[in-house]
Amino acid sequence: METSTAKPPAEKKIGPAPETIRLQPTRGFSRVLAPSELWRYRDLAGQIALRDITVRYRQTLLGGAWAILQPLGFMVVFSLFFGNLAGVASNGLPYPLFSLAALVPWTFFANALLLGSDSLVANSALVSKIYFPRIFMPAGIVVAGFVDLLISLVILIAIVLIWGLVPTIAILTVPLLVAIAAAAALGTASALSAINVRFRDVRYIVPFGIQLWLFATPVVYPSSLLGEPWQTISAINPMVGVVEGFRWATLGSGAPPWDLIGISAVSACVLFVAGLAYFDRVERRFADFV
Amino acid sequence: MSTAIHTDGLGKRYRLGLHKRGYGTLREALSESLRRKGPDESDYDGPDFLWALKDLSITIESGEVVGLIGHNGAGKSTLLKLLSRITEPTEGYADVTGRVGSLLEVGTGFHPELTGRENIYLNGSILGMRRSEIRARFDEIVEFAEIERFLDTPVKRYSSGMSVRLAFAVAAHLEPEILLVDEVLAVGDAAFQRKSLGKMTEVASQGRTVVFVSHNLAIIQALCQRGILMERGEAVADGPVKQTIDRYLGSLERAASDDLLERTDRDRRGYRDTMLRRVEIRDDSGGPPDVVVSGQAVTIAVEVTEPVPSLECRLTIADSLGQPLTTMDSEISAPIDHRATGPGTRLECQLSSLPLLPGRYRLDVLLKAGRQIQDGLQGAGFFEVQPGVIDGRPVPPSGADGDVVLPHAWRLPA
Repeated sequence: METSTAKPPAEKKIGPAPETIRLQPTRGFSRVLAPSELWRYRDLAGQIALRDITVRYRQTLLGGAWAILQPLGFMVVFSLFFGNLAGVASNGLPYPLFSLAALVPWTFFANALLLGSDSLVANSALVSKIYFPRIFMPAGIVVAGFVDLLISLVILIAIVLIWGLVPTIAILTVPLLVAIAAAAALGTASALSAINVRFRDVRYIVPFGIQLWLFATPVVYPSSLLGEPWQTISAINPMVGVVEGFRWATLGSGAPPWDLIGISAVSACVLFVAGLAYFDRVERRFADFV
Repeated sequence: MSTAIHTDGLGKRYRLGLHKRGYGTLREALSESLRRKGPDESDYDGPDFLWALKDLSITIESGEVVGLIGHNGAGKSTLLKLLSRITEPTEGYADVTGRVGSLLEVGTGFHPELTGRENIYLNGSILGMRRSEIRARFDEIVEFAEIERFLDTPVKRYSSGMSVRLAFAVAAHLEPEILLVDEVLAVGDAAFQRKSLGKMTEVASQGRTVVFVSHNLAIIQALCQRGILMERGEAVADGPVKQTIDRYLGSLERAASDDLLERTDRDRRGYRDTMLRRVEIRDDSGGPPDVVVSGQAVTIAVEVTEPVPSLECRLTIADSLGQPLTTMDSEISAPIDHRATGPGTRLECQLSSLPLLPGRYRLDVLLKAGRQIQDGLQGAGFFEVQPGVIDGRPVPPSGADGDVVLPHAWRLPA
């Protein structure tokens, strides 16, 4: 027998003594927002984001081009109907640019919401068989969306340059605007994904809700159309600040809409915190329902 | 020796209505919450709730290899789910010391669109491995899975055997301090199963803590030193694995001799429009039921509660440790089969000559109707085979190996 030559179990030299985790019923807030837990699973977070990026356009003919085809398609349709036929005002900008600058962040937000809210249910096999911080599922979708956003942003700037406009220094605010959109998207998508685990109604509400949200956001029209005080109040919708900010940052037109951006940033933070808090409260029961 | 797992009064309650349907709709929940404020504490013991695990207090030292034994629905898988943090206990607590790797199903986390290579990284990190660890063991995993040529092929183009091999290979190269394994060795072909079992034996001998669930008692007996028998969410026996298995087999046989309708370990997938009432095996010598003779014509009779249209039955004969020997399935029909024109609650399976060596055997029954599983019971019956004669040849031949004897004839030189 070979067992006689087998070495005794080697002493593990790596790492500190294993820690003890107590598993017990919890109440209130406990898990998602525990940074140590997220850090422990950082490799998985990366792998999930990588998977979502890799898988998104696998076995598609056009691949990453879809990232820009969607906003470009909407731009053409909107320009035709709202710009040309209905003659919607566009702050003196060429209507195609006016709408594309809004559609780029909007598409990022809408896709994050649509895919993110379905992420837990779509991965139900994982959720019911493996432990990991569940927030990685909606978060992975949002992170994967950055790649699309980057592609479409590059195309947007190229089109702006071809059109003969030169973006100003204001373009440096784009990361801030993206952060606002991402916070709002993650907060909303994680809450919706959690509700989706219990109630599949979410699947029907979300696509419909996104349509409504599009028209509640100044994508096809300028927010100045609302007039005060409604313009300022409308910035409670975080995408108002993001969309108007994007126009100013990439097209270099008009005064900086700091008031809109400020209000939207606050409201995005509220959505982010509230969404994650709700997610955290119900996370412990996902595996029982999904 | 230090403690790896300690549970105290651990319990998990499921709400049956919701659990069964999987999910409710918003409208149902709203109308429900209007009607009443939610269940009272006293309702929790009522018929709407099920304690899948109740008041479980066990201690497992590090380095122990423990087998969980029990019927379907005894709470084995629930315990593993709690220990691996997939779901939270309803009461009590469990202290778990060390990194936990759980293998509750082979291939969870595989993404069909990703290649074998990408899936190894994804699945490895899902199972709790560091990226660097996966890289270090990558070649070993690929070699174990025997998929070198298909590393860059999407997993959706793999044969089922290939993806199962890959999944097991990733999981088997985990190096957690505590490994929880649920019924994952029954994958792949026989050669791969042997290889997997060898790997598990290796893992078990490396001083790691392993908690193991399997219906295959032979594997449990080979791998584990300690066995815990669970019944209806409680641990009813705990000790050396051989002793626990014997106790389980005893309880199985007692349950088989009782009214089968009282059994609670039925197949969870069953629709139960009709249920298994009784199983009996007799040979045509007119002796007592459940004692038969090798080589005799034998009838296995199954009685169900309700007549349902197009009832089908699958019988599996297993040895007393649960290792399946053969399966007879009425869905695969032959001209010699006979279906009555009227409804009924009794069906029979006839064997012209029983090809089993003397010993004790177990009968598992699965009932289907219209492609749906109706009911199923493992260990629905037990029977004793006594020495006999097949084609004039005495059974058993002295020093026989195995469980089966085939009718055969020799042609020999002078």
